Amino acid sequence: MTLELFLQHFANGISLGSLYALIAIGYTMVYGILRLINFAHGDIFMMATYFAFFGVLTFNMPWYISFIVAIILTGLLGIGVEKAAYRPLRNSPKISILISAIGVSYLLENLSIVLFDGRPKPFPTPNIFADVINIGNISIQRLTFIIPVVTIILLFLLLFLVNNTKSGMAMRAVSKDQETAQLMGVDVNSTISFTFGIGSMLAAIGGLMWALKFPQIQPLMGVMPGLKCFIAAVIGGIGNIKGAVIGGFLLGIGEILLVAFLPSLSGYRDAFAFILLILILLFKPTGIMGEKIAEKV
Amino acid sequence: MLNVENLVVCYGGIEALKGIDFNVEEGKIVTLIGANGAGKSTTLKSIVGLVKPKNGKISYLNKNLLNVETKNMVKEGIVLVPEGRRVFPDLTVLENLKIGAFVRKDENKIKEDLEWVYSLFPRLKERTWQLAGTLSGGEQQMLAVGRALMARPKLMMMDEPSLGLAPLIVKEIFEIIKEINKQGVTILLIEQNANAALHIADYAYVLETGKITMQGKGKELLEDENVKKAYLGQNTK
Ligand SMILES: Nc1ncnc2c1ncn2[C@@H]1O[C@H](COP(=O)(O)OP(=O)(O)OP(=O)(O)O)[C@@H](O)[C@H]1O
Ligand SMILES: [Mg+2]
Repeated sequence: MTLELFLQHFANGISLGSLYALIAIGYTMVYGILRLINFAHGDIFMMATYFAFFGVLTFNMPWYISFIVAIILTGLLGIGVEKAAYRPLRNSPKISILISAIGVSYLLENLSIVLFDGRPKPFPTPNIFADVINIGNISIQRLTFIIPVVTIILLFLLLFLVNNTKSGMAMRAVSKDQETAQLMGVDVNSTISFTFGIGSMLAAIGGLMWALKFPQIQPLMGVMPGLKCFIAAVIGGIGNIKGAVIGGFLLGIGEILLVAFLPSLSGYRDAFAFILLILILLFKPTGIMGEKIAEKV
Repeated sequence: MLNVENLVVCYGGIEALKGIDFNVEEGKIVTLIGANGAGKSTTLKSIVGLVKPKNGKISYLNKNLLNVETKNMVKEGIVLVPEGRRVFPDLTVLENLKIGAFVRKDENKIKEDLEWVYSLFPRLKERTWQLAGTLSGGEQQMLAVGRALMARPKLMMMDEPSLGLAPLIVKEIFEIIKEINKQGVTILLIEQNANAALHIADYAYVLETGKITMQGKGKELLEDENVKKAYLGQNTK
């Protein structure tokens, strides 16, 4: 393999990894605050692409307006899902909320089959993303650069939000001890809504960039990425934002390089994530950046 | 200031509080002492709305507290230092203190109060950036008290601040409670450590399996034969 080809694959891996990272963050944030694996997260990601699709094609919005609307709607959808399906069960056994999450996932998938039709639709890709950039002998779609840049910017904004703002402090407090947080005057419900909103908006941005990269959308498109990003979050150490990003990149880059170096194994592309998951669970069950254990009881 | 009447709390079918009455006068230190399982924590939890009473009245500054949500208690000037300290382990000392002032908007006053808390607990100042989870038990208790003070409470309620602490630290913390009270904060102190609590209390109630069995001035109860036998005799803390 030539260096050029390797770099080209690597760039693709980074760009896929960025998408995984953005979606994995949503899993990790929700887990951090509610100790819940939000199985509907992949479907929320899918919904974002439909929102944008209809924005452009049905409502004739310019793509950037349509994207912004889609991101906001997806955030509201995430908040709505939490209010309707998780909040009433907050004091029930964990397994009930988990089942509710699986229910929401099926609901969103089937609802979109009914409403949007199950057949794949071509996603409109604005030219500024499709342009190809040539550097020496490497030619790469502009989007391949844009995706990681957007991801890194969002990651820094998110880390700033969580670590340096009052809302972020409330999120961290609620994730450890809801009762005490309330005693300090923190509004637990709105903090949880806020977390779902942010996580879903990040998934929306990931979904839109995903649809630009693989420009075909369908109601079940969120299932596989959803699973893989959940795995990415576990690999990184679920509950940890930086971990989710690392997990996402590892998974994306690993997957692309596997296919590139061992084309005969390319049929096992999706299995790669699961094998990685098994290895992590065997050797470092808390994940790479596993939650610090600083509690004194 | 705080008035509790005929408070009944049930868990499942079991009555943890069987109709208790007590009164916290403004500016005073009032203590509620009792053994394990007497219902002390339950009393505090009902006041702040974490537990819904089956019966009874709780009024605070002539307001019905039963209609106030837990998250709005600080705005009313009521703050609880919970049993077992409950500091946020992966927040720094400074963040824990700041979250005490979560609902306040007066940034300048918050800074002043931070200095006030640091002057009460110089040890916290040295550890501003340390994660609260890595503090010693005594330091965590100081942080829990400091965090509560950052809300500028009118009424500070404390659930067993002496729990698991060495006698010297207990003494230090109780001195500070007295000092805080002198500076105008009314205190409702819940304790098993009757000796320490009665020494600083203006007024005291004894809670036994969900009922108030005795009450009086702190000094009087210290001299009381029954109290001596039940709570002071074998109390070596
Ligand atoms: N959530 C709950 N569910 C059922 N029973 C409870 C619950 N919380 C407390 N109880 C019961 O209510 C009674 C009073 O408990 P409470 O925690 O108020 O005691 P306490 O006086 O604070 O004791 P300690 O000194 O050990 O903290 C106990 O018998 C306890 O088992
Ligand atoms: Mg108790």
